[in-house]
Amino acid sequence: MKRLIAVVPLAFAVVLGAFFVWGLNPERDPSEIPSVLISQAAPEFDLPSVPGVDVPGLGRADLTDNPGPVVVNVFASWCVPCKAEHAVLTRFVERDGLRLFGINYKDEPEDAATWLSDLGNPYERIGSDLSGRAGIEWGISGVPETFIVGRDGTVLYRYVGPIVGEDAVKKFTTALAQAGALDRELGS
Amino acid sequence: MIPEIGHFALALALSLAVVQSVLPILGASRGKVRWMQSARSSAIGQLFFVGVAFAALMRSFVASDFTVRNVAENSHSLKPLLFKIAGTWGSHEGSLLLWVLILTIFGAGVAVLGSNIPAATKARTLSVQAWISVGFLSFLLFTSNPFDRVFPPPVDGSDLNPLLQDVGLAMHPPLLYFGYVGFSIVFSFAVAALIEGRIDAAWARWVRPWTLAAWMSLTAGIALGSWWAYYELGWGGWWFWDPVENVSFMPWLLGTALLHSAIVTEKRDAFKSWTILLAILTFSLSLLGTFIVRSGLLTSVHAFAVDPERGIYILGLLALSIGGSLTLYAWRAPDMEGGGLFRPISREAGLLVNNLILAAATGTVLFGTLYPLLLEALTGDKISVGPPFFNAAFVPMMLVLGLFMGAGPYLSWKRADIAGVLQRVRFVAGLTGLVTLVVWYLISGGPFLAYVSILIAVWLLLATLREWALRIKFMEAPLSETLRRARNLPRASHGMTMAHAGLAVAMIGMIGSSAWKSEEIVFVTPGAEVAIAGFDLTFAGVERLRGPNYIADRGRLEVRRDGQAVTTLYPERRSYPVAQTTTTESAIRSTLAGDLYASISEPASEEAASGEAWTLRILYEPLVNFMWLGALMLVAGGALSLSDRRLRVGVPRRARHQGGLRLPAE
Repeated sequence: MKRLIAVVPLAFAVVLGAFFVWGLNPERDPSEIPSVLISQAAPEFDLPSVPGVDVPGLGRADLTDNPGPVVVNVFASWCVPCKAEHAVLTRFVERDGLRLFGINYKDEPEDAATWLSDLGNPYERIGSDLSGRAGIEWGISGVPETFIVGRDGTVLYRYVGPIVGEDAVKKFTTALAQAGALDRELGS
Repeated sequence: MIPEIGHFALALALSLAVVQSVLPILGASRGKVRWMQSARSSAIGQLFFVGVAFAALMRSFVASDFTVRNVAENSHSLKPLLFKIAGTWGSHEGSLLLWVLILTIFGAGVAVLGSNIPAATKARTLSVQAWISVGFLSFLLFTSNPFDRVFPPPVDGSDLNPLLQDVGLAMHPPLLYFGYVGFSIVFSFAVAALIEGRIDAAWARWVRPWTLAAWMSLTAGIALGSWWAYYELGWGGWWFWDPVENVSFMPWLLGTALLHSAIVTEKRDAFKSWTILLAILTFSLSLLGTFIVRSGLLTSVHAFAVDPERGIYILGLLALSIGGSLTLYAWRAPDMEGGGLFRPISREAGLLVNNLILAAATGTVLFGTLYPLLLEALTGDKISVGPPFFNAAFVPMMLVLGLFMGAGPYLSWKRADIAGVLQRVRFVAGLTGLVTLVVWYLISGGPFLAYVSILIAVWLLLATLREWALRIKFMEAPLSETLRRARNLPRASHGMTMAHAGLAVAMIGMIGSSAWKSEEIVFVTPGAEVAIAGFDLTFAGVERLRGPNYIADRGRLEVRRDGQAVTTLYPERRSYPVAQTTTTESAIRSTLAGDLYASISEPASEEAASGEAWTLRILYEPLVNFMWLGALMLVAGGALSLSDRRLRVGVPRRARHQGGLRLPAE
């Protein structure tokens, strides 16, 4: 009995050790937050266009029956990281033919219009989410956030935070390529 | 040139450690005195060479030698000197070097000061200590060399994380590591005792001062880290149950248990295998902390640069040291004979309760910390365990502990007279109830648990003081008699009173600042007014200032109470252009009654466009300073106990060691 008890700490340590070995798997990223929306249909929403911006509004209907996957980006003019991310997204659109939709989150229409005319508008459609209601539907935790939506309107991927910096761009590009959202992938 | 000297010194230290890990322990089993004695010089040699390496790295930081990769990545020529020095341990590599330095300090400490320890035990202990040295020195040299050069060297460095550029935090890692790593020597003693298969009261007596020294540093380190989080992070809390906080807290909890169980082993020759197990587990938890912080296993605000290769190396070290020592324990511990018997109500039983509660609390924290990992491995779900779990599971345990802690010192060894004890605490118990009622009357409103906690904290404080007063016959005998008794009482006894009272005082601070705190978060433009906890604050605007390596926006808040001007608060928002980060410098008006705490940040909403609106966060934290006071008392209690004559008996008069620890508390 005494011997048995003396082995207990060792057994406990071995079990914990096994978990640690599993946890060190380099593929595992503990800070990755899965979205409840992944593999689900995009939520129901219908947003008007931003006054003063010459692209139409955005709703659930625009996300279905597309020839390929599209990207929905939640942004705002008051969000500084969005400004940095804007350049990256523009490059994706211009170079890779990405189809980009925007949700302008809790933003004054005039500010958004100025922001877009200053920086350029890479968005095909922009919905103005003044109340933040669509943001709740999409379950965003902050701005910016970016979703990849499949051609049937299913959410395939969610990226939290700005897509800025080598790591983030690489991660996002990989996700785009897997979803087949890049022009080159469509052609091949 | 200097960095190469440092690199070379590390290699020499490693080779000395290899010799020390084999020769003395072989000598001990073969009875060769010379081999055993070699441990002394090799331990001192290790300290010397690691010291040289550390000095070389520090010199590279002070001189801003950007050809060294570590310096280039973690320093900047414009940084104040203090933070250049602190930068030495600001990175993964540098902090690991500090880790090893402290490891060798404790090894050399036992080699030099432990002349009352039998030669064979000392030789084995130092060999075990050298095994740890070999592991970590090779880790340092092969995966995390702090002296790597970079070519071409950058024009300037990329700066130390500005959050870490703070006096409190500059001191936090050295103290914390002193505690963490200090338990290594206790571990080595335990493993040596298992190898010898013998443990007695004398063993407990050699181990106790080292345990105390490590425990004191860990206490100070945790308190300092908590204090830093309180005033620097700008969140207005002092403990967040973050994984990295938890991993420093677990060795503290278990180390506290060890401190108490070692007393039983020393005085009554009991709890032997339990004390050994605690010694092993305490250091194992320190190692686990090192592993979790540096492997990216869990998400935390504290993470170092994450590298799977390093994680695997440390896990290997963990498997060897923890697995090895626990295997040895499973093999040898059952043969250890139990010591003196005791009744269910006795000092021993009281300390057993202390140990059980502390061990259960450690288990709870360990479970809560690792639960996200375990769950993800088993089901794939990702969750995080937050303060609600820890508060619900941990706090009640501590309250029960506080209840027993007040009564424990009244119990005598072997069998205590319960009626006599009850008689002696009757008065204190009544007074406690009265004080609690007064608190309830003064501050109505607040969670029920807060009043229970106050009750227990007051009980602990009064019972501890009363026990001390009874010992020295305070107010019962003439003053001269009381003074004589106080002088004759062992310092360890005064130390216990001080530490137990310190915990009670800290508890009062924790309860006050968590149960009765008030908080306001407002968007303001200049001229706006905020009222909180009886204070009226007027926001007078923001001005821009320039620091040595940052730009600051400093807000000004005029504080009045009942129309009378009290003070002006200047919370700052600093942005560091080189490191591209911003930090919050809170402004705090501290009094014993509570802290008025203000921090400022740019608003995270549309109003930002106008540039005039700011987010102000105002907090009133009642009694919070009692917590820091209590932590000081805990450390002072440890120091008093460490200066006890009984622990020094037979120790040669190396006056520096004793002098530094003696406190003017008589």
